[in-house]
Amino acid sequence: MNGQADHQADAIAAVAEEAAAATGHDRHRLLDMLLAIQERCRWIPPAAVERLAASLGLTPVFIRGVASFYSFLSLEPKGKVIIRLCDDIIDRHAGLDAVLAAVTDELGISAGETTADGAVSLEVTPCIGLCDQAPAAMVNDIVLTSLTPETARHAARHLKAGKPLHDLVSPHFAGLTPQQRVHAQVASNIRAPGAVLLGEVPREAGLRRAATMEPRAIIAAIIASGLRGCGGAGFATGRKWEMAAREEASRRVVICNADEGEPGTFKDRVLLTERPHLLFEGMTIAARAIGAAEGILYLRGEYVYLRDHLEAVLAERRAAGLLGHAILGCGGFDFDIRLQLGAGAYVCGEEGALISSCEGLRGEPKTRPPFPVQRGYLGFPTVVNNVETLCHAARILDLGPDWYFAMGTAGSHGTKLFSVSGDCRAPGVYELPYGITVGELLALAGAEDAAAVQVGGPSGVMIGRDSFHRRLGFDDLATGGAIIVFNGSRNILEIVDYYLAFFVHESCGYCTPCRVGNVFLRQAIAKFRHGHASAEDVEELRTLSATIIETSRCGLGTTSPNPVLSTLSHFPLVYAAVTRPAQDGQQASFDIQSAIETARGIARRRSFVYDRDFSQ
Amino acid sequence: MTAPRKARVATVSLAGCFGCHMALLDIDLRLVELLKHVEFDRSPLNDLKHFTQRCDIGIIEGGCCNEENVHVLQDFRRNCDVLIALGQCAITGGLPAMRNAIMHSDDPLRECLEEAYVLSPYVENATHVIPNDPALPLLLDKVYPCSAVVKIDHQIPGCAPSGDIIYETLVQLLAGKFEGFDPHIVHFD
Amino acid sequence: MTDKDFTFTIDGASVTAQPGQTIMEAADAAGIYIPRLCDHEGLRHQGSCRVCTVKAAGRSVAACTQPAAPGLVVESETPHIQAMRKSLVEMLFHEGNHICPVCEASGNCELQAMAYRLGMVEPTKLPYLEPTRPVDASHPGIALDTNRCISCGRCIRASEDVDHKGVFGYCGRGIHRRITVNGEDLAHTDAAVSDHAISGGVCPVGCIIVKRVGFRLPIGARAFDRQIIGEAIEEKRR
Repeated sequence: MNGQADHQADAIAAVAEEAAAATGHDRHRLLDMLLAIQERCRWIPPAAVERLAASLGLTPVFIRGVASFYSFLSLEPKGKVIIRLCDDIIDRHAGLDAVLAAVTDELGISAGETTADGAVSLEVTPCIGLCDQAPAAMVNDIVLTSLTPETARHAARHLKAGKPLHDLVSPHFAGLTPQQRVHAQVASNIRAPGAVLLGEVPREAGLRRAATMEPRAIIAAIIASGLRGCGGAGFATGRKWEMAAREEASRRVVICNADEGEPGTFKDRVLLTERPHLLFEGMTIAARAIGAAEGILYLRGEYVYLRDHLEAVLAERRAAGLLGHAILGCGGFDFDIRLQLGAGAYVCGEEGALISSCEGLRGEPKTRPPFPVQRGYLGFPTVVNNVETLCHAARILDLGPDWYFAMGTAGSHGTKLFSVSGDCRAPGVYELPYGITVGELLALAGAEDAAAVQVGGPSGVMIGRDSFHRRLGFDDLATGGAIIVFNGSRNILEIVDYYLAFFVHESCGYCTPCRVGNVFLRQAIAKFRHGHASAEDVEELRTLSATIIETSRCGLGTTSPNPVLSTLSHFPLVYAAVTRPAQDGQQASFDIQSAIETARGIARRRSFVYDRDFSQ
Repeated sequence: MTAPRKARVATVSLAGCFGCHMALLDIDLRLVELLKHVEFDRSPLNDLKHFTQRCDIGIIEGGCCNEENVHVLQDFRRNCDVLIALGQCAITGGLPAMRNAIMHSDDPLRECLEEAYVLSPYVENATHVIPNDPALPLLLDKVYPCSAVVKIDHQIPGCAPSGDIIYETLVQLLAGKFEGFDPHIVHFD
Repeated sequence: MTDKDFTFTIDGASVTAQPGQTIMEAADAAGIYIPRLCDHEGLRHQGSCRVCTVKAAGRSVAACTQPAAPGLVVESETPHIQAMRKSLVEMLFHEGNHICPVCEASGNCELQAMAYRLGMVEPTKLPYLEPTRPVDASHPGIALDTNRCISCGRCIRASEDVDHKGVFGYCGRGIHRRITVNGEDLAHTDAAVSDHAISGGVCPVGCIIVKRVGFRLPIGARAFDRQIIGEAIEEKRR
């Protein structure tokens, strides 16, 4: 027995060693190593942790710390196949319950469990970026979309029987190109192609122009275009590049943030699928502007099904002289991009956390200052831009800042991609000039019965019909692009509770207010859902929210109470309807009946005080 | 001219050790002065088991570990204008609340009772059954601090609270205005 | 004061700082105490407990990590900020199992002392989370009750940077983020009672316990029986 166990440990150690060697034993690539081990072993066994530690000069507790941070890495054995049903509120509204019931019935296990034979694990996971085709699921490195109980049951049966995973996508999977494979899994649902990104885009026009320009002139063009970050925060892109370029440094880095984790957002998925060349063109232009030779595309773990497609595009560009040494024949214009896969952590969309993750650390935000443009990845000046932002930049270089500046509104120039999902007839991606009203967008999407719209995802705001005249853009309703539509039949408090649960799940836990405060905020909302809240509890919601917002360390905590605050201000009646005046000083949340239920069972009698029919 | 009405005070010890009531005596000589302004209604100090009339102040020692505690606490809330949680057990659940966090089984209350009355090597219980006289109140699923059951107006921390902090609180409340404690006299133990 | 030194204000008082100093470092030197839990003398700043939150130029920042700057206007002891600090301390109390009367750190506990200082004496709306985290008594000289851990990470930094060992680390994410040890249990690590991380007064609460020395100091002689936390720093100013 021992011999067998030793043999197994040796085999695992060999896998770990291979993973370490693949990165040249670079401890900053720890996440890649752990992902490789997870993929091969289906978990991170102790023997692998020990070997990595010895091989990299790290402590085992450090490695376990990193592994335990990411949802897609496991320190417990998992099945050969892991089905991760997307548990977003949109999936719930689209019939997740029935799909989950079909899968649990077929597999004989519930969420969080693994079949006895180790074939299949079943899990639920927050938004996987497929809200326009919900319910959806990840299964290892593929995704299944628009699930019904029947298709889900079929997939579960297929996997339980140990049949090839990729057959679920297509019987001819092996013969498809990487891009064909992506299209066989996911529809891009482009509903409104606009002038900048989703219409006709000539290849490399922006890059060719940039190659002839001085870095300073490139930055000046981006500044003049008025381009602002499209991930949500809206920082001026040209200014960011300028700051990174100005720092004294031996190396500089361009990182593309493709970790779009905001529930209800999927526009970057469409760009990665349909415009990968434009994105890499934008990254290469940014590299020239700031003088970077290294680029990283941080791809969220949920988009692993795009990995081969993107690697193929990168290879194609290297072969075409668009990446590597002397790009487009320009001496000294050297730049290449590596793909860094994430592993299931929303907070890694925060630029400091994203950099930590790229460095092989727990995906926790970094202390600012210094800012990433000063000291970012491995301490070098780093520009982190969203996918859409970089695509816009490439187009601006091609057609000029004036062309871009002229579109949109006074404070928001150009076009914006909107990911529309929920209760509408045409969910998908819309490219529209900034300044369009919510109502206009809803009309395009066929959402006539919209009663509430979550603009910008859970960290944005929820508005009601009386605000549909408001304009999307930095001047009014700023958004990273998520537009989630709810009709009048949806329960607002259930949505708020779901979003708070999401933030609790995704908080990195570094700082007190976000780690603990969000748990209490969710419990406070539960009081309302159970009808135990009084007017004082509304005040408590506001105070607790304010403390979390003011004292949290990064954007997750400073926005996590938004679902509460924005519904309190836009849907006050929802709260008023379930709020009761405190009775007689008694706490409505205290339930004596459930508190004594267990003791009744143990004593096999009823309560002398609280059961009227005590004698029975 | 008549003397101002004395404040009516009721006290009770719920899931506590009576130590907080003993601590009332730590007010010491100042008790004499205090009693000029206070008269006791329901309290173990005078063995009054029921309220004789509405009270100005109710002082609660201990949290709620059984149904009787809840019943009494709710009764205090109904009969007192101001309710004070006296000591850590009333404020947080205290020592009895240690059972809330050490229960790992699916049937934690049974585990707790079996450990206390049957399994522990220090138990002398020839019947090997959990006591179950109908006169025994049913235990709650866990120990609750008083503020989880009723609205509490003030807390006097300590285990037990010092005579100083009890005295200071009562004097402030009798004067009609509570302005908080000097941090130097606040203790949770 | 050298020619590179500069001044800024905290609650209206002028404070001198050297370039590179954080707001808290400069405040400490000037005898102005800013409450803190995750920060500890001689260890890297972490900025995680957020109890040292101040408003600098109107923006909320952690004083332990935010650099001081010439002319910066810092607000610290305003009722608004004090209330937020109290709320954070309260969150930490309710996150773990902090039953002061039975804890041997009582009287020497910084969390408890901070609650005293900030006046955490009012009825709360927060429930208790009552975690059931592991207690590790495997080591002959040290015990670990992680139910009392406030995730300050001081032991991690002390073990890494002072002891050069790496006995402790963080595991898990979010509300499940906790300290854990570099081995099966504490007995399977190279932790020693003499480590700075163990005996250096690094753990602010009763999580890291040195065996056989508990309750040695009588009530009245413990660190915060007579003195409010922070008064030692404030005395410099008098």
